[in-house]
Amino acid sequence: MATVVDVVEGKPVIPLTARDFKGRLDPDWCPGCGDFGVLNSLQRACAELGLQPHEILTVSGIGCSSNTPGYINAYGMHTLHGRALAVASGAKLGNHELNVIVTGGDGDGYGIGGNHFTHTARRNIDLTYLVMNNQIYGLTTGQISPTSRQGMKTKSTPFGSIELPINPITSAIINGATFVARGYSGDVKHLTELMKLAIQHQGFSLIDIFSPCVTFNLDNTHAFFKGRIKKLEDEGHDASDWKAACEKAMEWEDTIYTGIFFRAGDERTLEAREPVLDEGVPMAHRSLGLTQEQAEKIINGMM
Amino acid sequence: MGSGSFDFAMGIGGGAGQGIATPGDILARIFVRRGLHLSTYNAFQSIVRGGHIFLTVRVGERKVTNHGDRLDLLLCLNQDTMDRHLRLMDAGSRVVYNSDVVKPGQAREGVQLCPIPVAEVTKSRNKLAQNTVATGAVAALLGMDFQILQESLNLRFQRQGQRIVDENVGVAEAAYDFVRANYEPFPTSLPSKTKPLGVWSGNDALAMGGAAAGMKFFVAYPMSPSTGVLHWVAQNARSLGIMVRQVEDELAVANMAVGAAHSGCRTMCATSGGGFALMTEAVGSASMMEIPVIFINVQRAGPSTGVPTKTEQGDLWQAIGASQGDFQRFIVAPMDALDCYNSVTELFNLTDKFQCPGIILSDLLLAEGRFSVDADDIDMHPKIDRGELITESSGTNGYLRYKITESGISPRALPGLEGHAYVAATDEHDEDSTLVSDEYADARKRRAMLEKRARKFESAADDIEPPRLLGPEDAEVTLIGWGSTYGVIQEAVELLKLQGVTANHLPIKWLVPFHGEAVTSILSRAKRTIIVENNFSGQFFRYLRSETAFTVDGNIRKYDGEPFMPHHIVEGVLEQLAGKTDHSVPYHEVHT
Repeated sequence: MATVVDVVEGKPVIPLTARDFKGRLDPDWCPGCGDFGVLNSLQRACAELGLQPHEILTVSGIGCSSNTPGYINAYGMHTLHGRALAVASGAKLGNHELNVIVTGGDGDGYGIGGNHFTHTARRNIDLTYLVMNNQIYGLTTGQISPTSRQGMKTKSTPFGSIELPINPITSAIINGATFVARGYSGDVKHLTELMKLAIQHQGFSLIDIFSPCVTFNLDNTHAFFKGRIKKLEDEGHDASDWKAACEKAMEWEDTIYTGIFFRAGDERTLEAREPVLDEGVPMAHRSLGLTQEQAEKIINGMM
Repeated sequence: MGSGSFDFAMGIGGGAGQGIATPGDILARIFVRRGLHLSTYNAFQSIVRGGHIFLTVRVGERKVTNHGDRLDLLLCLNQDTMDRHLRLMDAGSRVVYNSDVVKPGQAREGVQLCPIPVAEVTKSRNKLAQNTVATGAVAALLGMDFQILQESLNLRFQRQGQRIVDENVGVAEAAYDFVRANYEPFPTSLPSKTKPLGVWSGNDALAMGGAAAGMKFFVAYPMSPSTGVLHWVAQNARSLGIMVRQVEDELAVANMAVGAAHSGCRTMCATSGGGFALMTEAVGSASMMEIPVIFINVQRAGPSTGVPTKTEQGDLWQAIGASQGDFQRFIVAPMDALDCYNSVTELFNLTDKFQCPGIILSDLLLAEGRFSVDADDIDMHPKIDRGELITESSGTNGYLRYKITESGISPRALPGLEGHAYVAATDEHDEDSTLVSDEYADARKRRAMLEKRARKFESAADDIEPPRLLGPEDAEVTLIGWGSTYGVIQEAVELLKLQGVTANHLPIKWLVPFHGEAVTSILSRAKRTIIVENNFSGQFFRYLRSETAFTVDGNIRKYDGEPFMPHHIVEGVLEQLAGKTDHSVPYHEVHT
C-alpha cells in the first residue's frame, strides 16, 4: 500500500513504483531479449528517483529498442531513424525542466545518428542517453551494426565483416561527454543504479548497455558476457581519469568492464551556459510577441 | 535618369574582397533617410576574394520594386567592371573610375567619363580608400551637401575610432571637391521627402517576422543564401529572448526544430535547397506527429550544389514533394520583403491551428537584396493564435492526443502537463497514440487516422487570401507569377502600357493550399495568359495544370542564375503578341 511521504501545494504526493511507469502496451520484443532488462531498470530508476510520468520525456529513434517510449508511462517521442538526439536536444532546450531520456540502439545512435552522437556529447546538453547495444541490426533481421566485431558473419556479411567496430565509450569520452558508463541488461540492479546516477547527472550522460539479441546475434550472448564482465567499482577505477577510462574501455577479450568509466568534474551544461535561459522560465512557457521597447529597437536598427 | 519622378540607378563593380558592400550600404542609408525608395541587387560569386561583384542600387521617389533596366552611374573599382559594363551605358550617364588602375574603353556618344586619380586626390595609399572615394563622387554628382555624406560616414565608421572616421571623411571630401570641380553633376539633384524609410533584406524580414510572431527557437546550418536569417536572429536573440542554435547538419536542424516545437516553442529553421533536401524526412515527421514547425527554403540555382550565389525559382516541386508519403503542408512564396515578414507571422498561426509543417519558398533575389520599407507598414504586434492548446491539467488519464474530430484538429497538450502523457510517434498511431503499424496494423484505424489528418486541410484554404488580379480586367495580356517576381512583373505592366499594350497581373503567394477555383475563374476570362518564372521547366506552369487542368498560352522563363529585369518581360510579351513564339527565354546581356 502506498504511503503518503510528502505534500506539495497542499496535495499529498504518493510515491510511484516501477509498475506505475508501465506503458499501455506490452513490449513486442522477442522472448529473452536484453531490452526487457533495460526497460525494467529504467522504470525502477524513475520510481526510485521519485519522478512523475509528466516530468519525463523519453525520445527514441527507430529500431527494436527504440520502441521503448511506448512501453513507459511518460511523455514520449518515437522519432526518425538516427534523429533521437537531435529531437531530444530541441525538446530539452525548449523546456529544460523536463527530464529527457533518450533510448535507442547501436545502429540508430552510433551509425545513422553518429554525427548527432558526436555533437550532442560536446555540447553537454543535460540528456540521459541509454543505448541498447546488441551489436547487430535486429529489426531488419540480422545485419552488421557499427559495434559488430570484425569477422562477424551476418546476412549482409556472409563471409565475415572486414570492418572494425566503433568503441562507444572512448568515442563519448573524446567527444566531451561528461558521464560515460557501461551497463549490462542481465544485471538489473547494477543497471538501475547506473541509470539513477545518469539521470541525476547535470550534463550529457551515456550508458552503453549490452542488451543481447537472442535471435540474430549468436556471438554476443548472455553466456559470452557473463564470463567476462567485471565492475569498475570493484577495481578501484578513478572515474575522473579519462586516460585510465579509455584504457579500461579498450579491454575486450577476457575482461569487459561495466560501471562508470568517466565522470567530469564541474563542466556546466549548455543550458547553464545559455544566457537566454538565465531568467529560468522554459522557452516553451514564455509569453509571445514583442514588447513596445523591443519593437522600437528593431525599427530603429533599420532606419 | 528617368524623366518625371526621380528614378536613379547606379552600379558598383569590383572584385570580391574590394569591399563594394561598404559604399553600397552607406549610400543606401543616405537614400532611405531622405525618404527615397530603394532596391538593390548584388550579383556576386561564392569566393571570398577575386571574381566579379556587381552591386546595383536603384533609388526613386516612387516605390522601387526591382533593380531596373538601366544604369545612370557606373562606379568601376577595377578594370574588369569597366570592360564588362561600359558598353551598356547610355547617353547622359556618368562613369566614375580610379584612373590610377583602370583604363577606360570606348564609351557611347554622350557618356561622361569621370576619371579620378585616387592617389593624388586623396593622398592615401590605403587600397580601400577608393570605396570612400566612390561615395564622395556619388554625393557630388547627385548635388548633395557634403554634410549629409559626412554624417553617414561618421555613423558607419564610429565604432572603428575617430582616426578611421577622420581618414574616411578626409578622403570622401577630397573626392567630392575634385568631382565638383571637374565634372558636370546630374541635371536633377537627389530629392528629399519628409518621412524617412528603413532598409532591410528579405532574410532580415523573415527573421523579424519570426521575432514578432513569438518565435522562441531558431536553428540553422549556414547555407547561402539563407544564412542572413541566422545572422539576424543570432544578433538579436539575447535581447529578444530567442534560443538560437547553429548545429552539425540540416538533419539536426530539422529534427531539433521538431523537438523544440513539440516542447511548445514557436520554431523556425532556414536553409537553401540542398539543406532542405536533408531536412525533408523531418517535414513528414512533423506532419505525422502533428507538430507545427516552419521550414524556410531560400532558393538558389540548382540542382545539387548548383550556382550557390545565383537566384532561381527551382524548388517548387521539391517543396511539394518534400518527404515520403501522402500528407498536408502549407507552402507560401513571399512576393517581396514585407511579404516575407507577413508570410512568417501568418504561417505561424496557420501551422499552430492545423498542427502541421509549413514551408516558405523565398529566393536569393529577395534574401540578399536590400529594400526600403516604411516602418508604419510593418505590423510589429501581429495577431498570435496558438490554436487548440490544452494548458490546464484536468488531472485525468484517458487523454487522446490524436482524437478523431470533425475538423480533424485534435487539442494538443505539451509535454510536462500532468495527466496527459502520450507518445508522439512517426509510426502510424491510433487516437491514444498507440502504434498501429507493424504487428498492430489495422486497416480501418490507418484509414481513419490518415483521413483525420487530411480533413484538417479541407478548410485550410478558407484561412488564406485568394489571389487577386491586379490591373484592368479586360487587358490584352494577363501575366502570372509566383513569389519574388511580383515587383518586376508590376513594373513590366507599366512599361507595356507605355508601349500601348494593356496588361494585368495575377501574383500567386500561396501554393499550398491552392485557390484553384479562384485562379481558374480569373484565368478563364483572360484574353491571353503568360506565366513568368525563374526556372527552366515551368514548375508553376506544371503545378497550375496539375491543380486546375488550366494551360496558359505562353511562358517567359529565365534560368541563367540572374533575376528578371523589366525589359525581359516586356520583350517576351511583345514577341508573343506578335505571334513569333509562345516560349520566351530572355537573354541576359551583362556577363557578370
